Amino acid sequence: MKILVCISNVPDTTSKITFTDNNTAFNSNGIQYIINPYDELALSKAVELADGGKANVTVIHVGDVASEPTIRKALAVGADQAVRIDAPPRDAWFVANQIATYAKTENFDLILTGRESIDYNGAQVQAYIAELLQIPSVSIAKRIEINGNEATIDREIEGGKEVLTVNLPVVIGTAEGVAEVKIPNMRGIMGARSKPLTVLPAVDVPALSTISNYETPTPRGAVTLIDKDNINKLVELLHTEAKVI
Amino acid sequence: MSILVYIENVEGNFKKSGFEALSYAKAIADTLQQEVYALSIGNVENTELEKAGKYGASKIINVQQEQLKNFVNQAYASIIADIAKSTGASTIILSNSFSGKGLAPRVATKLNAGLADAATSLPIIEGETWKIKKTVFSSKAIATIDLLSPLKVISLAPNAYEPSESPSDIQIENYTPKIEQSDFSTIIKEIVRATDKVSLPEADIVVSAGRGMKGPEHWGLVEELADVLGAATACSKPVSDAGWRPHEEHVGQTGLAVSPNLYIAIGISGAIQHLAGVSSSKTIVVINKDPEAPFFKVADYGIVGDAFEIVPQLIEALKRYKSN
Ligand SMILES: Cc1cc2nc3c(=O)[nH]c(=O)nc-3n(C[C@H](O)[C@H](O)[C@H](O)COP(=O)(O)OP(=O)(O)OC[C@H]3O[C@@H](n4cnc5c(N)ncnc54)[C@H](O)[C@@H]3O)c2cc1C
Ligand SMILES: Cc1cc2nc3c(=O)[nH]c(=O)nc-3n(C[C@H](O)[C@H](O)[C@H](O)COP(=O)(O)OP(=O)(O)OC[C@H]3O[C@@H](n4cnc5c(N)ncnc54)[C@H](O)[C@@H]3O)c2cc1C
Repeated sequence: MKILVCISNVPDTTSKITFTDNNTAFNSNGIQYIINPYDELALSKAVELADGGKANVTVIHVGDVASEPTIRKALAVGADQAVRIDAPPRDAWFVANQIATYAKTENFDLILTGRESIDYNGAQVQAYIAELLQIPSVSIAKRIEINGNEATIDREIEGGKEVLTVNLPVVIGTAEGVAEVKIPNMRGIMGARSKPLTVLPAVDVPALSTISNYETPTPRGAVTLIDKDNINKLVELLHTEAKVI
Repeated sequence: MSILVYIENVEGNFKKSGFEALSYAKAIADTLQQEVYALSIGNVENTELEKAGKYGASKIINVQQEQLKNFVNQAYASIIADIAKSTGASTIILSNSFSGKGLAPRVATKLNAGLADAATSLPIIEGETWKIKKTVFSSKAIATIDLLSPLKVISLAPNAYEPSESPSDIQIENYTPKIEQSDFSTIIKEIVRATDKVSLPEADIVVSAGRGMKGPEHWGLVEELADVLGAATACSKPVSDAGWRPHEEHVGQTGLAVSPNLYIAIGISGAIQHLAGVSSSKTIVVINKDPEAPFFKVADYGIVGDAFEIVPQLIEALKRYKSN
């Protein structure tokens, strides 16, 4: 089985988010980058399925050379090789086209992404890739089991889940529950240095959208503290002032 | 020209997010002097279909077929794109629900349209360029997306646009699509839905609790408060990691992002990763015994004290309020 895992390089969750160039670009100054936490789940699931040789795992990242530490970390977790498409990840449509173009040449049985990136929060890349490849997809999966050529998936729905089966190949976005996150060990980290990392040029994709401005949310006013012996006051304020009950 | 709105149903009932999408579409259509057409796929009765008229649709296209009773990602996407083409829709609007996330990129690809996902604002229309806001960096920032393509797909974030009635005479048009068998590659084995609970992603009110609740045996209190308010329950990450609550209740940067009208946080410290997923809630109430808990800095209302004393009193106070 051949598995492709899509890895996004995102600011550490504790990062303070600011912008530059007159609020048109993200300020990456001083930002620590990590593997997108959901992509760690995808990768961990892939490595679990491979279980030391039962599958071959490729990680792919669309981004410039600055993301290579993140790619090496993915190799340390247990992927066999990596591909970097050498271009800034302009938007989800662009990223998905790069991944689909590469995937077309390789015939993967399983393409895993995270459910969404924690920077642009699109949850779009997976369905874009699947549509470009004309194969099925599940955007948010809580459980994945592979049996021969068939995947059984718990898809998250509002207030529950849907259990479905699908024949491979399929694109799946992973959420909590699919796997335990694997932490790289020393052997993995040493081995990652010599694993193949291929850099490929990007294909041209006409832009259908662009981000023209960023802003930070307006801060809330000061908190109104309510005495714990006067709970009725809270109910009254929620009704008359906040108008939410 | 027209705007096409796909409305989801659950067991034959339209979802509230569908009416949000219709009202949103109606506001755009009024600016552009266009018609709003709704689209329903699944087994929905005429009385329910007619409800789309209350929110401004002049026509609803009704696709009812046994094979399409439940959500089938590829088939639904093909139908939406085909109907967009045949009705000459310039804009396609759907809800950014769990199913919608799988549909929007596929529909956009089929139509070569730009996609604004999880939209939180009406577009500012500057000729062919539409400027639409969405939250990014897990609610730490807001981005303005410029849609540049002639055809546009917008998936509207839940709870971002208040439904408003705008009654219109509605015509129901039954339609039988031709769909490729290859669009039916996923087979549903089972649908498990907690019918007695309010669904978290769409809830108006969320009661959320953290490690301050000490253990799963105390969640009865949280659930009782949620019941009184008609709220969904949620939790912090360590709570679901410890197995006190299911993963789907975990909110925050690496869990679900929610933006209800009211978010009540009980025994949650307010770590940056937690706040990332909840800070766009309209009103935030924090109950915490530590006056220095960071959550108070982003709260509208706060009570400093022991949750085990405060929550039962709050439940009683709300019951009294509800009975008046
Ligand atoms: C310098 C810079 C400028 C940017 N400018 C814009 C902009 O103008 N407009 C805009 O929309 N976005 C912009 N982005 C965001 C970036 O392109 C997003 O990562 C991309 O849009 C993917 O969309 P998403 O984050 O919504 O992904 P989602 O759809 O939420 O991601 C789902 C999954 O897709 C996979 N994936 C996502 N990104 C990548 C990737 N790069 N490589 C491999 N797999 C990936 C991961 O598995 C991820 O879990 C910019 C990023 C950078 C670094
Ligand atoms: C990569 C990463 C991603 C993360 N993603 C998320 C995420 O998505 N969501 C998330 O929630 N966390 C996330 N976290 C974890 C986050 O950093 C915090 O550790 C977590 O939110 C703390 O949960 P808590 O507030 O329930 O517990 P604690 O921080 O332990 O806080 C418990 C609170 O309860 C109060 N308390 C105790 N007893 C009582 C009482 N009797 N009455 C009233 N109050 C009481 C205490 O004063 C304290 O403020 C993430 C962390 C990392 C590193």
